[in-house]
Amino acid sequence: MKTILIYDGSFDGLLSAIFYVFEFKLTNVCIKKREHSQQNFFDAEEVIITDKIKATRVWKGLSKKLSARGRQKIYKAFLSEIPTIETAILHFIKRTFSSEVPIENDYSDPSILEIDKVAKKVDREKHRMDAFVRFKLTKDDIYFASIEPDFNVLPLNADHFKKRYADQKWLLYDVKRKYGVYYDLKNVQTVKLEISSNTNNTSNASTYFTLDEINFQQLWGIYFKNSNIPSRKNMRLHIKHIPKRYWKYLPEKKF
Amino acid sequence: MDFNRINEKLSILADAAKYDVSCSSSGSKRQNKNNGLGNSSGMGICHSYTEDGRCVSLLKILLTNHCIFDCAYCVTRKSNDIKRAAFKVQEVVDLTINFYRRNYIEGLFLSSGIFKNADYTMERLIAVAKKLREEENFNGYIHLKSIPGASDELMREAGLYADRLSVNIEIPTEKGLKLLAPEKNRKDFIKPMEKVKNEIIQYKNEKKLLKKVPLYAPAGQSTQMIVGASGESDAEIMYTSAFFYKSFNLKRVYYSGYVPISHDNRLPSIGTAVPLLRENRLYQTDWLLRFYGFDVRELLNTEYPNLESDIDPKLSWALRNLDQFPVDINKADMRMLLRVPGLGVKSVHKIIAARRYRKLNWENLKSIGTALNRAKYFITCDSRIFEGKDRTAAQLKGLIMNSSGSKFRKELSTQLNLFDNQSLQPT
Repeated sequence: MKTILIYDGSFDGLLSAIFYVFEFKLTNVCIKKREHSQQNFFDAEEVIITDKIKATRVWKGLSKKLSARGRQKIYKAFLSEIPTIETAILHFIKRTFSSEVPIENDYSDPSILEIDKVAKKVDREKHRMDAFVRFKLTKDDIYFASIEPDFNVLPLNADHFKKRYADQKWLLYDVKRKYGVYYDLKNVQTVKLEISSNTNNTSNASTYFTLDEINFQQLWGIYFKNSNIPSRKNMRLHIKHIPKRYWKYLPEKKF
Repeated sequence: MDFNRINEKLSILADAAKYDVSCSSSGSKRQNKNNGLGNSSGMGICHSYTEDGRCVSLLKILLTNHCIFDCAYCVTRKSNDIKRAAFKVQEVVDLTINFYRRNYIEGLFLSSGIFKNADYTMERLIAVAKKLREEENFNGYIHLKSIPGASDELMREAGLYADRLSVNIEIPTEKGLKLLAPEKNRKDFIKPMEKVKNEIIQYKNEKKLLKKVPLYAPAGQSTQMIVGASGESDAEIMYTSAFFYKSFNLKRVYYSGYVPISHDNRLPSIGTAVPLLRENRLYQTDWLLRFYGFDVRELLNTEYPNLESDIDPKLSWALRNLDQFPVDINKADMRMLLRVPGLGVKSVHKIIAARRYRKLNWENLKSIGTALNRAKYFITCDSRIFEGKDRTAAQLKGLIMNSSGSKFRKELSTQLNLFDNQSLQPT
């Protein structure tokens, strides 16, 4: 009989579940997020209570056997929110603990290769967000940007923007997951809030944003148009670099 | 800020700057300090891409497109009848800061037409960079053009504010330069390049001894050459390129397919296609020199003065040197692995990491992500199945080209079109 461990969707929750696997020496096991779980007549279900102490123990144990890069890979793979990624992460961690030598580069193991590939995908999405976020200056003097990343990459982006915009208040808001990160000139904090979707509308831009803001968006649009060389036109490459799903957040694609 | 005036200036001066292809914003070490604005210590970021597929990472503009020179290949040449404009120093600073704060750009790429003389122009470029660094506490990326013929003192100052400096040599051969830009000479290009090179060397030496040395052009120097304007061969271009990499420690040489902009009969006429495929092959060769340990003489020489257009230069080299293959994936050293067609730098690193755990077979190589359609003819691995090596170069080339599609296939096809696309359009 298979045991299904249900956790709350947080990273600490996942690590607590992994702690549970080792504690009870479970072999035939599967970890799932609460929202993905489905009652099943044949398998036993166990709800995991997130325990910060247990999670920290797993993480500390990993840091003895795994490089910082390897641990980052696990975290990034987790942020992908892919429904089956927990199984690969569990396998990765099990092999790390059972092996004498580091195994993070054993790309001939399918799960290790999968973690590597998924982490790379998440990294790429993070990098795209570094690039495609467009701040708009609101009337309250906060630089605001809404985004809709494929993966939950906001926690990875925060540090990049903190270093870059140390002298301005900014708020990055994930429309899909309904939370944001806010920098108040000192610290970055996670904020849960509901923002109406019409902030991204051009027609009511003047309600939220300063007049200069609209002018600068226009200037940017002009710059964008004039730096194109029409005789080298290559729309396939253009769309490959900026997939259409990001266009609605890019002012230069609106003009 | 008067937005209407700026709108017009920006459209003229961005348009004039777009033929400079350098766009890199990486390789600097400048970190945010005193809670100021900007940070360019990480990797470069391409914030957008224009419809020609080129990246936009910097605000790339000319300070002015007034110019005293009359180089045939250039849009801003004196004799060209176009709208002229000039930015004030403060206007460029405001644009840069406001674009940067909104995360549109990584920084500024400032070039200029030459007005009055070289030093006067260089001074104005430096004034912009200085203002950004000292008054705005801006730590983003700044790329300044070194104006040919600028004095050593100015080049020293420029490097203190800029992350990268570049001089475009534009025409690969001296003969071509004489024909198209008779007022310029090679020495004027080389002088500022030489100075910046020496300053960078000096910075590195001082850095070893002293704790605090002001940064000097941390992202190094680059240059650009126009391809297809003055009839030079691929060998001439790449030998010039190799020379500049070696003698001036350049970070990058850019190749820019000539976009016809003039009716001058020394140049390809307007309407001639931009040599995109050739540009692509030159970049591939450039990468082979910088990351794959090739020497330019192996790829191009008197026997082969031009690159093959239908296959990439590494495959082309491999087909001429079949005696060095097949290579055993599980034993070969890094140098040889890098020479196998279809293996890139990343796959090679993965192979070397993975073969410590077990011998790799075809399945492993495939999941690692190597381009086996090319590589399989040049390697053996932990499997008894492998491609026989008794094929001639021509046979291999045919096999590989049949199994792979090139995005340039249309240009490569020698078959004539029954209907020309253009003639079908209503006039």
